[in-house]
Amino acid sequence: MNNQEAKIMLGHGSGGKMMHSLIEDVFIKHFSNSILKEQTDSAILQVGSSEIAFTTDSFVIDPLFFPGGNIGKLAVCGTVNDLAVSGAEPLYLSVSFIIEEGFPISELEVVVESLASEAKKAGVLIVTGDTKVVNKGKCDKLFINTAGIGKITKKDSFISKALDIQAGDVIIVNGTIGDHGMAVMNARESFNFKTNVESDCASLNHMIREVLDKSAVKFMRDPTRGGVATVLNELVGKTKLGIEIDESSLPINPGVKAMCELLGFDPLHIANEGKVLIVAGEEEGLEILEILKMNELGKKSTIIGRVVSDHPGKVVLKNETGGRRIIDSLSGDQLPRIC
Amino acid sequence: MKYVDEYRKKDLIISVSEKLKAVSKKEIVLMEVCGGHTMAIQRFGLHSLLPHTVRLISGPGCPVCVSSQHFIDMAMAYSKIPGVIIATYGDLIRVPGSTTSLEKERANGSDVRIVYSVLESLEIAKNNPEKKIVFLGIGFETTAPLTAAAILEAKKENLENFFVLSAHKVMPPVMKALVAEGVKIDGFIAPGHVTAITGTAIYNELAEVCGLGVVVSGFEPVDMMQAILMLTMQIEAGTPKVEIQYQRVVHNEGNKIAQQMLEDVFELRDDRWRGLGVIPKSGLGIRKELSSFDAEKKFNVEVPESTEPKGCICGQILRGLKTPVDCGLFGKKCTPTDPIGACMVSGEGTCATYYKYRV
Repeated sequence: MNNQEAKIMLGHGSGGKMMHSLIEDVFIKHFSNSILKEQTDSAILQVGSSEIAFTTDSFVIDPLFFPGGNIGKLAVCGTVNDLAVSGAEPLYLSVSFIIEEGFPISELEVVVESLASEAKKAGVLIVTGDTKVVNKGKCDKLFINTAGIGKITKKDSFISKALDIQAGDVIIVNGTIGDHGMAVMNARESFNFKTNVESDCASLNHMIREVLDKSAVKFMRDPTRGGVATVLNELVGKTKLGIEIDESSLPINPGVKAMCELLGFDPLHIANEGKVLIVAGEEEGLEILEILKMNELGKKSTIIGRVVSDHPGKVVLKNETGGRRIIDSLSGDQLPRIC
Repeated sequence: MKYVDEYRKKDLIISVSEKLKAVSKKEIVLMEVCGGHTMAIQRFGLHSLLPHTVRLISGPGCPVCVSSQHFIDMAMAYSKIPGVIIATYGDLIRVPGSTTSLEKERANGSDVRIVYSVLESLEIAKNNPEKKIVFLGIGFETTAPLTAAAILEAKKENLENFFVLSAHKVMPPVMKALVAEGVKIDGFIAPGHVTAITGTAIYNELAEVCGLGVVVSGFEPVDMMQAILMLTMQIEAGTPKVEIQYQRVVHNEGNKIAQQMLEDVFELRDDRWRGLGVIPKSGLGIRKELSSFDAEKKFNVEVPESTEPKGCICGQILRGLKTPVDCGLFGKKCTPTDPIGACMVSGEGTCATYYKYRV
């Protein structure tokens, strides 16, 4: 960001490489402290003798309503999941609304109802909030910010740090990937694809708690913006190991696969809102798989790849025909191909 | 998934590969013209399934990559005219012009919108009667008929605020130009979707006069391996000809309706290709009768003579003379996040493809 004339582009918000350089070059540069430097989904804070997890997330999704959810449900799931994948038990949320003048109160109420019902499901209380209304045209209908606090035990507070990853560890996902991103895209753009693809938007905290209580997890992260590829690249960046993914093992809904084939997208780069990637030792991995499969949100759980000592720092996808390709983080916005 | 899985069957691919290894004796060079083919070759690791006698080189078939810098600079100039909305296919927005890109101009306040079909830009025109919409028409005979259809529709609906900046190109002249230039090619893996529109007659001269094999191929691994086998068999037998591997989509006569639309809207003109210079009768300009939809006629902008970025060898890569790894910028200064040459921008550009699959 040395260039005085550099401006924010949409790619800076897409969860990929551009966003990471913005965070490094602007935010970390000025905010830097030992807690923030960890760059985990939630900050782990020492308060007296106990530790708490704290996180925040903003929601600017367009359209507000999409197959499988709406901005309200998403605003709860997003923050609850950020806490849960950090090993914390989510307890309290704040909710702030930025509302465009002229927005129908009836629609706002639908969104608020969804917030309330998802919070109830996740077992968290919404305890504080804020409301701002801006002139027409100064924001797009409705933006929501949520922040959340959860409690965390010493045993689980290392989960975001990926300290103990070794070659041979397995990588598990709790179901099909890419559903949220493609459902929203299909609702937003004018493709008119007739598909049953729905957002996977769900609070994962109860399922994750069960896994943490019954087995040993080495690392966890929710593959939201930037998709599975971005999380795995962050992981190899932290560990100096490699990751090998087996293409045939990737659980992908046929509708998502077809949309990706048509548009030239990679499902590994598409956002999820109800998925968690879990890294564990091989034996524990099989145990975790069984626990996940017993849960409604983990029925299609599967091992998608392994940590390897080859190609350190790189995520490599192996396909059935013997092709191997590097799975990079998303560069900027995912661009559809022309033909 | 139907229409995909059956063309990605491992045993089928291996059996074609074995047959190919048995048939191939001569050392041959085949050019895959289309960016979609380059992508499939890398994605499915087809190089590892070929005998050492068969070498594949990539050609000038990625629409974004061959669009001249001049065209990008023109688009940028239009984007700065007050009241103009630029409608474009997504992969163009990151292509660097001489000084900036559409993505950067959008951040500077220009109204640049990504469309998935040119028909969406007609909708934008209808919904914004006070604005002028300029659609950036790029691509070969595959996307050009869609632009033609949009212009005809705009005429029918008397839309007065819809314009096209055409950089549409046709395939045969550039293929012939490469051969005439002396690039060593024994046969072409010809583009499946272009040929679905044009039909196969456009390649007759290559086979009959230049003595080159041409096989029109699909985009799945089984398709491509079969097309390579068909070409190898032709060359081994010394009987170069035009054949269709992609029979489920391509027919000899092509798509007559689309051909007629192209004829009605466009006429051939000399056109600039990035890295290749001006190739006679290789571009599609909008016919005089429809010049009220021609952005070049409507808006007077001047852009300085553009130069290729220093050190970038896109031109030689597009001619199949070099591969991305021969370029000093590749993977260092030039990456998908910060591309210098156009071949790094499009997902189907040779450099972007090599970057992605550089295991």
